[in-house]
Amino acid sequence: MRAVCWTGRHQVEVRDVPDPVIIDGRDAIVRVTSTAICGSDLHMYDGYIPSMRAGDILGHEFMGEVVEVGNEVKNLRPGDRVVVPFAIACGDCAPCRRSEFSLCENTNPSTRALAGLNGFTSAGLFGYSHLYGGYAGGQAEYVRVPYADVGPHVVPGGLRDEQVLFLTDIFPTGYMAAENCAIKPGDVVAIWGAGPVGLFAALSASMLGAERTIVIDRVPERLRMAREHCHAETINFDETEDVVEALKEMTGGRGPDGVIDAVGMEAHPSGLSGLYDKAKQTVRMQTDRPTALRQAIQACSPGGVVSIPGVYAGFIDSMPLGAAFAKGLTFRMGQTHVHRYVGPLMREIEAGNVDPGFLVTHRLPLASAPDAYRTFRDKQDGCIKVVLDPAA
Amino acid sequence: MALEIREPDGRRRVQRTVTVLRSPSDCYSAWRDFARLPSFMDSLESVTVDPTSGRSHWKVKAPAGQSVEWDAEVVEDVPGSFLSWRSLPGADPANSGEVVIREAPGGRGTEVTIALSYEPPLGEVGRIAAKLLGEEPAMQLDEDIVRFKEMMETGRIPTTAGQPNGRNRPSVAKRGAA
Ligand SMILES: NC(=O)c1ccc[n+]([C@@H]2O[C@H](COP(=O)([O-])OP(=O)(O)OC[C@H]3O[C@@H](n4cnc5c(N)ncnc54)[C@H](O)[C@@H]3O)[C@@H](O)[C@H]2O)c1
Ligand SMILES: [Zn+2]
Ligand SMILES: [Zn+2]
Repeated sequence: MRAVCWTGRHQVEVRDVPDPVIIDGRDAIVRVTSTAICGSDLHMYDGYIPSMRAGDILGHEFMGEVVEVGNEVKNLRPGDRVVVPFAIACGDCAPCRRSEFSLCENTNPSTRALAGLNGFTSAGLFGYSHLYGGYAGGQAEYVRVPYADVGPHVVPGGLRDEQVLFLTDIFPTGYMAAENCAIKPGDVVAIWGAGPVGLFAALSASMLGAERTIVIDRVPERLRMAREHCHAETINFDETEDVVEALKEMTGGRGPDGVIDAVGMEAHPSGLSGLYDKAKQTVRMQTDRPTALRQAIQACSPGGVVSIPGVYAGFIDSMPLGAAFAKGLTFRMGQTHVHRYVGPLMREIEAGNVDPGFLVTHRLPLASAPDAYRTFRDKQDGCIKVVLDPAA
Repeated sequence: MALEIREPDGRRRVQRTVTVLRSPSDCYSAWRDFARLPSFMDSLESVTVDPTSGRSHWKVKAPAGQSVEWDAEVVEDVPGSFLSWRSLPGADPANSGEVVIREAPGGRGTEVTIALSYEPPLGEVGRIAAKLLGEEPAMQLDEDIVRFKEMMETGRIPTTAGQPNGRNRPSVAKRGAA
């Protein structure tokens, strides 16, 4: 089969690889009908996630048709159309029982590496480096889905791929980021990053009752999408002297009650501290570039919540912890517990309350992956979300 | 990381605790059934138990032509909470182990502590055995106890062995391209 392989920093290649087979009784094999490129894939593409090996198959946002199931999978049958959460969860451990699926303790075959780095292990993830288990990803014609009795969710008839594909990651990720803000009546939520995650966070914050949402980015078409599809107001940080002051002015001097960092460790320079981060990361004195996070902490209203769906992988410095302390802020973060949200959000889509398909700007054949990664990363050609079609 | 203690006499003792979402009696039974240990203790090839004497015979995974094995006996056995064993005279390295099992608070399952001790090897065989048991016994125990938890909670150990990858595979030309 054909699969998108990471071959080095800023390099992906579509290669001819063996088809996946059932390895364990709880596996399923899925024929992929649609698969997307995520901002998280860019962190690997740009070489900021350690433990990648040339030849690793990428992709954690995918859906398709079940073609084979292991003898212990009773809830799926060949022919079922499924979406698959990007985190791999066993369903049996304490975190899984608490619905904290991305903290699953039993699905990562390389526990030692991650425990060495973080103190503890966390769930295996599809196509997300050997720290997260080295599972082959779904930017391919076929994919092996382990613990298939727990992850895949059958798609009701009548829904198109583009309507449900983002239930695998970014819609739940935006939703959990907004939920983590514990939104109360009258709350204003500010979101850094108008990428797919930030846009879904804005949309979700208004679904959860935020009075107003404000999205900060510098890419005009992304900001336009935030206004047109996500009920958000916007700030272009390239055209704004001081984002924190601007937010205060927009919120009666109170500052946003919830702030969401949907940018992560590769934030673009915004203000002086941004240049400092870029320089430090370039010489590898810090692994992550927390420009957006710092601004979010600074802007957050006293007593507010800092919600971090943006990915961090290592160390950051010059964090305004004093500001966070003085304002009594609450921090919530982590990989999304996708399984929790697939059912409820699927029902919202079925009921016609929301249609995530608005996000797709590029639908390309799988073979175009090398170009598609570049276009998405460089935000060329109005690119906001790429969906790859393995059959094209 | 497992605790590793090197006693002044050269004895090494490694210890590690894990919480398992199963009952104390399930965890106890899994250790008491020595024959099952190789399913999660990676350095073991097999353990067989003599049903009459209760003594066990332990065999370590070794390259062809080498054999590292010894006999052991149970020292103390408190069903549901404690189990210890030691190798019989003649084993090299002489070794022993114990498992402490107690209920975790608030329905969190069972805390299982496993401790293994190895005397310094006496001869060539002992040195080979010590090597095979893990140059770094603490690291070995870390991995073994994770596998124990995975076996207990899910009945399997997660793996990617046998999945496809693109190493040394040909690139596919874009369709329609020359
Ligand atoms: N927590 C999870 O489970 C989870 C899941 C999916 C993605 N993510 C992470 O979420 C983040 C965003 O993902 P995405 O797919 O939307 O990526 P993306 O790269 O498309 O979007 C990031 C956006 O942030 C903007 N940006 C950069 N610097 C900024 C700054 N200083 N201030 C404001 N905006 C800035 C960029 O212009 C871009 O539009 C990534 O870190 C990704 O890894 C996390
Ligand atoms: Zn993703
Ligand atoms: Zn689990």
